[in-house]
Amino acid sequence: MRVNFTVNGRPQEADDVWEGESLLYVLRERLGLPGSKNACEQGECGSCTVRLDGVPVCSCLVAAGQVEGRDVVTVEGLADHARQRAVRDRCKTVSHGAPAASGPSLDEARVRQAEGSDSQAGEGGELAPIQQAFIDAGAVQCGFCTPGLLVAADEMLEHNPTPTDADIREALSGNLCRCTGYEKIMDAVRLAAARQGEAV
Amino acid sequence: MPSPTRGFPRADGAPVGHPLGAPVKVTQDSRTRGGIGESTLRPDGTLKVTGEFAYASDLWHEDMLWGQILRSPVAHAEIVSLDTSEALATPGVHAVMTYDDLPTDVRTYGLEIQDTPVLAHGRVRHHGEPVAVVAADHPETARRAAAKIKVEYRELPVITDEASATAPDAILIHENRDDHHIGHVPHPNIVHRQPIVRGDADEAARRADVVVRGEYTFGMQDQAFLGPESGLAVPEEDGGVHLYIATQWLHADLRQIAPVLGLPESKVRMTLAGVGGAFGGREDLSMQIHACLLALRTGKPVKIVYNRFESFFGHVHRHPAKLYYEHGATRDGRLTHVKCRIVLDGGAYASTSAAVVGNASSLGIGPYAVDDVDIEAVALYTNNPPCGAMRGFGAVQACFAYEAQMDKVAKELGLDPVEFRQRNAMEQGALLPTGQRVDSPAPVAELLRRVKAMPLPPERQWESSEGADVRQLPGGLSNTTHGEGVVRGIGYAVGIKNVGFSEGFDDYSTAKVRMEVIAGEPVATVHTAMAEVGQGGVTVHAQIARTELGVAQVTIHPADTRVGSAGSTSASRQTYVTGGAVKNSCELVREKVLEIGRRRFGAHHPAWATAELLLEDGKVVTDGGEVLAGLVDVLGDEAVEVEAQWRHRPTEPFDLRTGQGDGHVQYSFAAHRAVVEVDTELGLVKVIELACAQDVGKALNPLSVIGQIQGGTTQGLGMAVMEEIIVDPKTAKVRNPSFTDYLIPTILDTPTIPVDVLELADDHAPYGLRGIGEAPTLSSTPAVLAAIRNATGLELDRTPVRPEHLTGT
Ligand code: FES
Ligand code: FES
Repeated sequence: MRVNFTVNGRPQEADDVWEGESLLYVLRERLGLPGSKNACEQGECGSCTVRLDGVPVCSCLVAAGQVEGRDVVTVEGLADHARQRAVRDRCKTVSHGAPAASGPSLDEARVRQAEGSDSQAGEGGELAPIQQAFIDAGAVQCGFCTPGLLVAADEMLEHNPTPTDADIREALSGNLCRCTGYEKIMDAVRLAAARQGEAV
Repeated sequence: MPSPTRGFPRADGAPVGHPLGAPVKVTQDSRTRGGIGESTLRPDGTLKVTGEFAYASDLWHEDMLWGQILRSPVAHAEIVSLDTSEALATPGVHAVMTYDDLPTDVRTYGLEIQDTPVLAHGRVRHHGEPVAVVAADHPETARRAAAKIKVEYRELPVITDEASATAPDAILIHENRDDHHIGHVPHPNIVHRQPIVRGDADEAARRADVVVRGEYTFGMQDQAFLGPESGLAVPEEDGGVHLYIATQWLHADLRQIAPVLGLPESKVRMTLAGVGGAFGGREDLSMQIHACLLALRTGKPVKIVYNRFESFFGHVHRHPAKLYYEHGATRDGRLTHVKCRIVLDGGAYASTSAAVVGNASSLGIGPYAVDDVDIEAVALYTNNPPCGAMRGFGAVQACFAYEAQMDKVAKELGLDPVEFRQRNAMEQGALLPTGQRVDSPAPVAELLRRVKAMPLPPERQWESSEGADVRQLPGGLSNTTHGEGVVRGIGYAVGIKNVGFSEGFDDYSTAKVRMEVIAGEPVATVHTAMAEVGQGGVTVHAQIARTELGVAQVTIHPADTRVGSAGSTSASRQTYVTGGAVKNSCELVREKVLEIGRRRFGAHHPAWATAELLLEDGKVVTDGGEVLAGLVDVLGDEAVEVEAQWRHRPTEPFDLRTGQGDGHVQYSFAAHRAVVEVDTELGLVKVIELACAQDVGKALNPLSVIGQIQGGTTQGLGMAVMEEIIVDPKTAKVRNPSFTDYLIPTILDTPTIPVDVLELADDHAPYGLRGIGEAPTLSSTPAVLAAIRNATGLELDRTPVRPEHLTGT
């Protein structure tokens, strides 16, 4: 089976995909994107969390065939994703809350041009605010839970920029971490939210 | 975050400087930024947040094959026949190997006792034991081929507890034992027995006004690190193999792997791949030998990754235990004696059971001063899953029981449980049951005072202006209560953990440190074989190099076996021992750098000969602060490199009859206060807060120290209320090998964990530091249990507590 879909803004084609292969397997083993992790492959740990058409999902539970024609963001594309969101948000502010124009805005296009569209390896210098906050707050120990938590936390902050502690816990309740006891993860999300607030 | 504090208030409250420990000996109290004592950030942080950090399960190689292990579906059986022909004929399969295909006569391995078969031979002794291995070009092909291997088993009766293990007609789990414990164990199904007798407990019992007895059960806990067991073995041109592996100790793996492959150690190269947590579960080998065998057989790189199901079978667990205790005390709240018997279930293979017995027995009465003790600990061979190392290592099981006992005695005496503990708390100078003197600060009473002094979370914290926030209540979003039937309880516990390998083990580490000028800047490179498993050792190594060598740039070389052994990332030992080795090698490098400086510039300034010289901010300075030369000028084109071993002071074995001996290196103390709310109708527990106070000697990286304490605390919380591998007592089969059925704490289950860090230097250790990773896992569990008892009035003599234990249904 052949599957065509978009990963981190770039069209991808996976060939010879077996019936029953998960999106996680295709990302990790066929597309060379091992950032999404495989701690359980049963939908219990959240280490494989990616965004599928914007919605956080456990990629181990998504059959590869289901993503045909759809849009996936993984931890490798998180910095780019956040950058583009920031640009969009700036445009919204500039236009006093007018609905964002469809298609990439001029600003957005410039950013893409300046940084290139290759976020496959997670290069490109700057980190997403949530990534930086995880480092700064000491939320990373072994780091195996980190990619999934980053994708989930970033998504929460996108629609809830000022979360309460209870909101954070609820949003991250599907992501297991065995190392940190979660306190530093709470700190990291609070820090990212605070920095995001300052930036506006 | 409470900042680490210095100073040690006396019992009367008067703060004094460093009364119990001499000043911390920092060889070089550096002004170079990013040195020890600062919360510098992880050098691997960026890679880990971008998804680029390569964990063992992320490895990939051109042409690589996937390995799969066939495991026994039963716990105890003879293998009557084994037929691999159909598996071998499957398209895509490159090799199938069984016991008969092993290349040499060395067909077993083990950390201490080589009793674990690489592949089963004629008999399986536990559920999930490896029987055959397959290599194929797709993981699913390998799985399906493994399923086509036909194995006929003739089941044998299972041994699952002390009674069945030591029955007169019990089947021996291992026949013809010739290990060094067989001479002193009362039955061949006992791995090791350690009695510890000091004073006369029977005589002392006569002085007791109250005597309290208890029987406790500790369930089987899993390390549940998130990164699955994994590695990639690449065959090399010289007939050797290069293994990229997630492990806790490269050189111990090497020592066990090479003889099975029939290769000299020099032909088995090992490089540490990214490790997704360990907690003891990677001390024993898992897929290492299997991957190497398949790679050498097929001539192709072979990768093996366990899935979660297999991971539950693929590593040892924490020993479940039965613990029998008797405590006596006088009316005025002084312990007269303690007697205890600790029975640990080691499962089918020895792993580290003997050392776990040593810990459980020597630390069996906790951080209390008691002169008359009678202790016995044993580990059994059974057909249950093999058990070995997990964070806390034997001290955890004992702490659960002795702390329950301390509460019971306090209650009998009508004393406050904290006060009663403080009256009996050991201090510096106290003797352990082994007769060993505790010769560094032992602030047990102070830690209890501190944890008790922390403000309590508000009552009825679930109430908000909009009514009850169910997220803050037991049951959470299942919306089982709005506060009806919910009662609060508070509990305390304190524990003692040894740091480093004990009982005479030669527990050394090695560090290679190099200093040179690169692109006009002095740069230090630190190369060790230390397994970074998430604990942050790499961060600390860079800090030590900055402090000792006065450079800003430090490169951490990947860990591999091209440098000497660093010992295990376990026993809270790496910052102490490999940190000590890095410090030592840096000091040797510094001496050489200063020699070069004297040679080159000595004639220009008398201070080169007379003053004490330091390296700071890229310069050679006098202790008075005068700059003598830049390191760039001193070094020029020369590179200075030192590889050296470093050891902590030696220990000795415990006497096999009396248990006496200076067996331990150092101790680590932590105390917890748990606040819980219990829905008494449904038996649901919500831990509201789990506060910890710990003495860390010296916080080399305060942010990481707090992270370790919070992480360890949370694993203890899991053990208190949810985590248990359920083994069927009739079949010895594991019933819940998945994250669906084996629960670990989520962010919703985990409360806030305020931490109070005390820094009392241990003069024997580098910088005065203490190993810290395990102590918080000890007292967390009994504190939560104490809080639940406090809330419900129930006895609760087992952990974890499940709802049915609280509702009696
Ligand atoms: S790997 Fe997908 S949820 Fe665990
Ligand atoms: S699982 Fe290791 S940092 Fe979260």
